[in-house]
Amino acid sequence: MSSSAPAPAPEDQRSIAVRLRGIGKRFPGVIANDDVNIDVKRGTIHAIVGENGAGKSTLMKILYGVQPPDSGTIEINGEVVTLSSPADAIRAGVGMVFQHFMLADNFTVLENVVLGAEKLHGVGAAARAEIMRISDAYGLDVEPDRLVEELGVGARQRVEILKVLFRGARIIILDEPTAVLVPHEVDELFTNLRGLKEEGLSVIFISHKLDEVLSVAEEITVIRRGTTVKTVDPAGVTARQLAELMVGSELPSPSTETSTVTDEVLLSVQHLGLPSPEGRPLLNDISFDIHRGEILGIAGVEGNGQAELVEAIMGMRHGVTGSVRLSGTDLSHVSTRDRRESGIGYIPEDRQRHGLLLDSPLWENRILGHQGRPPSVKHGLIDKRGARTDTQRIIEQYDVRTPGPDVLARALSGGNQQKLIVGREMSGDPILLIASHPTRGVDVGAQAAIWDHIKDARRKGLAVLLISADLDELIGLSDRIEVILRGRLVGAFDPGDVTPEQLGSAMTGAGDPA
Amino acid sequence: MSPRATKFLLGIAAPVLALVTAFAITSLVLIAAGDPAGEVWGQILSVPETRKLTNIINNATVLYLSGLAVAIGFRMNLFNIGVDGQYRVGAFVAAVVAGEAWLPGYLNTLLAVAAAILCGAAWAGIAGLLRATRGVSEVISTIMLNFIATSLVAFFLRKAAVRVEGSNSLGTKVIPEGSRIPSFSIGSGPGTEVYGFLFVAIFAGFAFWFVLNKTRFGFDLRATGQSTTAAVANGISVKKMTILAMLISGGVAGLVGLPILFGSAYSYGSTFQSGLGFAGIAIALLGRNNPIGIAIGALLFSFLNEQSNALQILVGVSPDIVAITQGVIVLTVVISYEIVRRYGVRLEQQHVAQALASEAPPPPGGPSSAEPEEVRA
Repeated sequence: MSSSAPAPAPEDQRSIAVRLRGIGKRFPGVIANDDVNIDVKRGTIHAIVGENGAGKSTLMKILYGVQPPDSGTIEINGEVVTLSSPADAIRAGVGMVFQHFMLADNFTVLENVVLGAEKLHGVGAAARAEIMRISDAYGLDVEPDRLVEELGVGARQRVEILKVLFRGARIIILDEPTAVLVPHEVDELFTNLRGLKEEGLSVIFISHKLDEVLSVAEEITVIRRGTTVKTVDPAGVTARQLAELMVGSELPSPSTETSTVTDEVLLSVQHLGLPSPEGRPLLNDISFDIHRGEILGIAGVEGNGQAELVEAIMGMRHGVTGSVRLSGTDLSHVSTRDRRESGIGYIPEDRQRHGLLLDSPLWENRILGHQGRPPSVKHGLIDKRGARTDTQRIIEQYDVRTPGPDVLARALSGGNQQKLIVGREMSGDPILLIASHPTRGVDVGAQAAIWDHIKDARRKGLAVLLISADLDELIGLSDRIEVILRGRLVGAFDPGDVTPEQLGSAMTGAGDPA
Repeated sequence: MSPRATKFLLGIAAPVLALVTAFAITSLVLIAAGDPAGEVWGQILSVPETRKLTNIINNATVLYLSGLAVAIGFRMNLFNIGVDGQYRVGAFVAAVVAGEAWLPGYLNTLLAVAAAILCGAAWAGIAGLLRATRGVSEVISTIMLNFIATSLVAFFLRKAAVRVEGSNSLGTKVIPEGSRIPSFSIGSGPGTEVYGFLFVAIFAGFAFWFVLNKTRFGFDLRATGQSTTAAVANGISVKKMTILAMLISGGVAGLVGLPILFGSAYSYGSTFQSGLGFAGIAIALLGRNNPIGIAIGALLFSFLNEQSNALQILVGVSPDIVAITQGVIVLTVVISYEIVRRYGVRLEQQHVAQALASEAPPPPGGPSSAEPEEVRA
């Protein structure tokens, strides 16, 4: 099937760095990989895209020797290899940069790089020289004596890449490397990757951010439900077509229909402030109104006060100044529970830590945050039957894929967990919905469903506060966008005539008059 | 197999695994020491006679309350090591109140029980308050409070004590007969009297189950125990729950010494049974913080204690060997629960995946050519 790629005529066998043929991996009850065929050419960046749970991670674990495949062969540089541990993979020249960095914060860059590879170049001058050689050769720009804890995310990632190169890798796997980076760091990473490629190394780039994949990769292999669907040339496809290959169906787009905004103010936030012990306040004089039937989007680079803003409105933070009024009622000094019960639905940023009890069944998760109201509570007692019935309703209405309401929340995939939360928070007739990164880390199918539910909320006359790092999502859903920078709102935009680039520069403070 | 049956089997698998391992390790110790392992087990696992059975039930009643007290903390992710101190304070105060007999008959008993609950709760509440307001680990503070309780009770015992005639031991005033809790006999002859307090313990177990599983308060408590972050985001005050959980745990701990006080000792003296709080930790772990499980754990520990008494005489082995067994049980229980829990989660995830795979359209089993999509450039 890979032959269907619109690539130049088949090249010499030796130009293939990695050849996977018929790779299969089963877990009891689940087929993680089935007949996966991929050719990664030497000196190229090869992207592998697919929904969450499509089998990308399992495939990469197989290639990095973490798990053995049940069937199929792995050829590296034309030779069939058996990789039974990461050590084997490293010996074969395969290195992996994980999404979550594996660095010791209180060690220097040099110490981190040589850790576990002391035999190669020792720990002293020779190692330092080798690090500098690699750093210069690929433009990684690392400083060997800096402590890792002083480094930013982008620099840490370069250290991880250097670690892999130091161990002699010629084939580098990067698992969702851009998930943790801000836009300009992504550009720097891509420059580094192109540098690696020019030196003849092969890069396998796993992602579900399609625009990035299209801009950096030479070839893109799409994985759906454990198997390779197609390998395409980025010059010949659009992000939308790729997404359709990933989901296997037509994709909805987030764009809103006709405006439903009214002039009735539901949420009024005035002069909200949150001092910080370290100096610059986390929130500084934030004021905005959201009307019935309006979605207000908050754009900003992560860490500029979005999380604090949400927690301040929810009453989860101490020391908040200013006022929060919901439908005319002053909520500034009431507890989180009272705020929720006065009509706030809350889709938290971190669903596993804030939204769910992972080791409880779904019906108990239905009760969470709604302990004071029917249908799950009657006369102060937990109404198991009521909660189960209502959970079943959410499962059906919100298309939560689960065998039933008695399953533990942990057993569901991220997208289904999120759909359950959305369904729960839309229950009990909220008048304000706070959605914090509602589609982060969920697959494309669930994303479309969640967008629909948010649009639905707007149509039903809710006020919606939408925080997102996905600018397309913000522009597509919002009636109005405010940009937050260093704890202040620095500009309002009409999503009808703003481009992601304009938003991006406002988010970083470039070209901003204030 | 139905999911319910699987859940049940998994639930039983962990303690059985733990017990088997613990018995095996104990046997190894016996063999290494050159003791007759077979005879020891023969003695321990023999069917107890009625008199011994009575002792087993009575001691289990005490251990059960202790296990419940610890389990309330565990459900909230609080490690109340201080049950030992809390029950001493509770039992001592109850003994003083009941001994003074300000009220007649059973009113006196009720007052004393209430005083025990309140004092146990207050003693544990100190740790709860420290945790909620100052972030002091309840593990540290309850250990310290145990020491303080021991000294404090010893100090006040001297003040409140009356010397028992013809003996060196100190004790509080003896509880008047009308305020004692009557026992009931399960056999004939002496030594077959079971504490009436048994019913209070059973009621406490039921209340534990009801409050935790059926009330909003219990839901909040369990939710906070599972994830404080989720609790905060969903409007549960973690500080309030911390203090309340410690108060309730301490209140139940206050009951621990009362079966003995009102059923056989009738006064609190320097020889009053000690160490009950620590046994409760092991029993709560063994019983999985579940009221039925704790009952089984309490009976097991009590059984081992009672059956080992005669070891020295009959087999020539120190009865301390069961302390080794009990200690090992605590370790193996923790390990085997974790193993079984992980296995259970995996099983459930597979179950979910399977259920979803069978309801979804047929999976792409064949070669990928079955996917005819073409990319339109």
